[in-house]
Amino acid sequence: MNPSPFTYHRAGSVGEAIDLLREHEDAGVKLIAGGHSLLPVMKLRLAEPAHLIDIGGIAGLAGISAGTDGLTIGALTTHRALETDPAVARHAPLLAEMAAKVGDRQVRARGTIGGTVAHADPTADYPAGLLALGAEMVVQGPDGERTIPVAEFFVGFLTTALSPDEVVTAVRVPALPSLTGTSYQKLANQASGYAVVGVAAVVTLDAAGACADIRIGVTGAGDHATRAAAAEDALRGQSLTDEVIKAATDRADEGIDLLDDIHASADYRRRMVRGLARRAVLAAVERAGAK
Amino acid sequence: MTVDVPVNGTSRREEIEPRMLLVHFLREQIGLTGTHIGCQTGQCGACTVLIDGEAVKSCMVLAAQAEGHEVTTIEGLAPAGTLHPVQQAFWEEHGAQCGYCTPAMVLSTVALLADDPDPDEHAIRHALDGNICRCTGYHNIVLSVRAAAQKVAAGAVPEPFLQR
Ligand SMILES: Cc1cc2nc3c(=O)[nH]c(=O)nc-3n(C[C@H](O)[C@H](O)[C@H](O)COP(=O)(O)OP(=O)(O)OC[C@H]3O[C@@H](n4cnc5c(N)ncnc54)[C@H](O)[C@@H]3O)c2cc1C
Ligand code: FES
Ligand code: FES
Repeated sequence: MNPSPFTYHRAGSVGEAIDLLREHEDAGVKLIAGGHSLLPVMKLRLAEPAHLIDIGGIAGLAGISAGTDGLTIGALTTHRALETDPAVARHAPLLAEMAAKVGDRQVRARGTIGGTVAHADPTADYPAGLLALGAEMVVQGPDGERTIPVAEFFVGFLTTALSPDEVVTAVRVPALPSLTGTSYQKLANQASGYAVVGVAAVVTLDAAGACADIRIGVTGAGDHATRAAAAEDALRGQSLTDEVIKAATDRADEGIDLLDDIHASADYRRRMVRGLARRAVLAAVERAGAK
Repeated sequence: MTVDVPVNGTSRREEIEPRMLLVHFLREQIGLTGTHIGCQTGQCGACTVLIDGEAVKSCMVLAAQAEGHEVTTIEGLAPAGTLHPVQQAFWEEHGAQCGYCTPAMVLSTVALLADDPDPDEHAIRHALDGNICRCTGYHNIVLSVRAAAQKVAAGAVPEPFLQR
């Protein structure tokens, strides 16, 4: 199982990577970071780029910095770093919780956050949590830097708002307000480790313990990750009894065109979205109250 | 293309196709067949090696990506004729049956113990989740890792093999 032949380039900087992307656009070109999504599709010959640009050695593209407004996570930051970093555990425990559930330890040592968002696998874990956290992608292209809110980033099956000559340089995650709890619930495919369905919830309580704000992100259910807007609307402003949460999360699949494939039927996914949404909200509420 | 990959402390300068996977570089280019191939799809973990001390699946890495990074294979863990304390523990606790998964299990254990010298059963199973074993049922592997942790903590050094 070898990929098709290609010419290998090593980019020393983001600018150089962008130049190489433009130079080889017509021949077929791909960036490679950890390679843990790209090499599998290249082995299957689903992708046969004539040029591969290795961005794995670009200095300054890996690493996590915490500021008052949140975390900035370099694109080359690995899942393993997110799983184990103390700043992530303190400021964005949802990211650490998701990272620990990606694949296995070896995969987490190589796979990067930039690669996972750019690849936009419909069953990848992070998209659910990044939607729930209200993250934004920092991307660089020939005309400079721009930021793309996560709500506009994942647009379809393996498709993002990224242009072919743009590089994701970082993911920004805003600081959580007080009285906020988070949770990620995943049903993993036993063979691949990917999510059959994954649901992330970020819940903020008011002083009386009612739901001041909530965001729920769902991955694995449709062809790209989305928010569970109907369930969120049914919870915002409510006092969070088990009955209210159950009734609301039974609407978590609303608006999702459910996948129906070898791994799970659409009906099974519907039940999993609802059940995991309920668990995620319950756990997030508990954690919000515990602070 | 020419790559220069440091394997087990020795620089390996080789002329390869850019698409060569690290596992093939190790097995076919430089003849280190202790690194096994089970699936080539990243699932089984039999191809696990250490890159800069981290356990990774060498079927999911291009040899070119490893250039300039320290690769450790099972052959490089202890001097010839000796067993690394982790290997010794797997031997003593019967952590191997057919042995196909074993080099990878040992290397994953080395990586685990490097940042968690005293892992409990949950931590062991979490760290070895990417290493499939078709024989042991994992029970003796967990025992082996516990025994390895004790040996390493006690400062054990490689021991001569089959000379006791
Ligand atoms: C056995 C196995 C199990 C896995 N299990 C899971 C799982 O449970 N959950 C999960 O979410 N994922 C899983 N993954 C995928 C893993 O998380 C990948 O590492 C990750 O999705 C992609 O990161 P990467 O750095 O390897 O990207 P690469 O494979 O290097 O790249 C992926 C794509 O993104 C592009 N790209 C990469 N970096 C950038 C960038 N900075 N800017 C723009 N484009 C970029 C590449 O051109 C390519 O098209 C698994 C993978 C394997 C092999
Ligand atoms: S051969 Fe690499 S994971 Fe199976
Ligand atoms: S001992 Fe046979 S596969 Fe593990």
